[in-house]
Amino acid sequence: MNGRPSLWVQIPELARRSVMRTVRQPAAIVPATTFPLILLAINSVGLKSATSLPGFPTDSYVTFALAFAFIQAGVFAVIGTGQNLAEDNQGGFFNRLQLTPIHPAALVAGQLAGTLALGLFQASTYIAVGLLAGAHIEAGLGGALVMIALAIAISLAFGSVGLAVGMRSSTPESVQSLFPLIFVFLFLSSMSLPRDLIQTDWFRTVATYNPVSYMVEGLRSLLITGWDGEALALGFGCALGILALGLTFASLGLKERMVRT
Amino acid sequence: MPSRNGVQPQSNGIEVNGLVRVFKGGVRAVDGIDLEVRPGEIYGFLGPNGAGKSTTVHMLTTLLPPTAGSARVAGHDVVKDGAAVRDAIGAALQEAALDPNLTAREHMRLQGALHGMSKGERTKRGNELIDRVGLSDAADRKVGGYSGGMKRRLDLALALLHGPRVLFLDEPTTGLDIQSRTALWDEVAHLSRDDGVTIFLTTQYLEEADQLADHLGIIDHGKIVAAGTPDALKAEVGRPTVEVVPTDHAERDRAVELLEPFGELVPGTPQGAAVRLEDGGEELANIIRVFDQAEVRIANLELHEASLNDVFLTKTGRSLEGAQREAAEEGETGEQPALEGAPA
Repeated sequence: MNGRPSLWVQIPELARRSVMRTVRQPAAIVPATTFPLILLAINSVGLKSATSLPGFPTDSYVTFALAFAFIQAGVFAVIGTGQNLAEDNQGGFFNRLQLTPIHPAALVAGQLAGTLALGLFQASTYIAVGLLAGAHIEAGLGGALVMIALAIAISLAFGSVGLAVGMRSSTPESVQSLFPLIFVFLFLSSMSLPRDLIQTDWFRTVATYNPVSYMVEGLRSLLITGWDGEALALGFGCALGILALGLTFASLGLKERMVRT
Repeated sequence: MPSRNGVQPQSNGIEVNGLVRVFKGGVRAVDGIDLEVRPGEIYGFLGPNGAGKSTTVHMLTTLLPPTAGSARVAGHDVVKDGAAVRDAIGAALQEAALDPNLTAREHMRLQGALHGMSKGERTKRGNELIDRVGLSDAADRKVGGYSGGMKRRLDLALALLHGPRVLFLDEPTTGLDIQSRTALWDEVAHLSRDDGVTIFLTTQYLEEADQLADHLGIIDHGKIVAAGTPDALKAEVGRPTVEVVPTDHAERDRAVELLEPFGELVPGTPQGAAVRLEDGGEELANIIRVFDQAEVRIANLELHEASLNDVFLTKTGRSLEGAQREAAEEGETGEQPALEGAPA
């Protein structure tokens, strides 16, 4: 008979598994990292003339659009985290875990570790590629580090939504079906234009209530404005708010799913 | 005799009383079963697909709460003391639930850590078990590249990692080739015989139940229709059958006529005639004499002892193979209602 295992032993082991699972699936990492870069390249060429609009905050569309690559990576965090969990459900691995004295909190935290690792890799890649493509970070090196921190918070926020969905999904395919819906939600934000330049009233209203706008603007402030406390507070606040909601729903889903006596 | 806290000291057994599981839509997957598994024995739970085997295992391993009835595993109540049950048991469920991206050694490390084993302990025990199930050469390869038999062996090793007293194996050999199946049978027998582990084994294979099980429960439509040792169950339906194939196949009807006085006619091969003997194997000499006197030459004569399939046939009115086919057809036509939360 073994002693009751500590949460602090279980979390790192599950995190290790989650990171290894992510790292060993290039098919999951490559599209999740390159797709936002491809869109960045297309937008930077196609929408370059937007910089000549009166009031546009920068003359470099790459600098303006770079922030959105981080958010698009979040979409992949939803799908990836949700699919991984649904695969664990479908393949019975979840039952294997349930038969051990596992702490539910360790399961949730461990699952998000792979999302965190991927988020870190994506954020570093986007900053490097952005700088090579001519983007400028007004807040300097410190700003780049804060961008990475915010990008990780955003990945975890979206990842927690993926967990909440994955807890209630029996197949990875049902998680994947969310992809178009989330993408529409992202586009109804200030991703392509600053909110005050959006001419269509309903679009501007939706973008104003869409938390994605504030996460984009938080990242964008570091690229264009420099240090803007309000934009950063709103960006981190929205990310952490979504993370809290996602974790709450994931925990409720886990409670329903873990029917062990 | 239970102790003050209701735990039976050193008990490795299983006791089930009136266990029921009803799924949404009113489907009674398990319908009031009683069974007792003695410490250290192999209990075979035989039945066709959809009979309620996996649902029973899920309840006994605490993964599914029963709708009614009670069960104690290793002296602990599966509802009131789930954590203690999980500490005492190991389980290899129907699907070999492994992460294809991890190696065997990484699985051992994760499982050991979740069970609270120290690093040294889980490495030592993990390596021992990997060696014991013959996976040493593949221990650092990702499980995604393993064969079905290798996955099953790793699944078994993982179930044994924390030294369980009771082991649940849910159809451990389904889909395996004969070589892998035999290797797994040897390991299961060894665990019971040498290590004293109580084993609850579900199967849809008659041969597996016959070879391995000390005691057997036959389940159909959620109810246990027969229980006992394999020999006792076969003796209960008792009488052997004899099949005669005449040299001249045109004489088959004549062979039927000659056999009929010896017992109840039963289906045999198309060229032969078969009868369930009324007075046992000693009638064999008389049958040969009768055929000789009637000048019907015999190409082949076979005496079949009663099998577990005969037991299933007697108790349910259909063969196990027929029941499997029926279950598969129900699955295909969707006659069986979807069972929310039901084990795969």
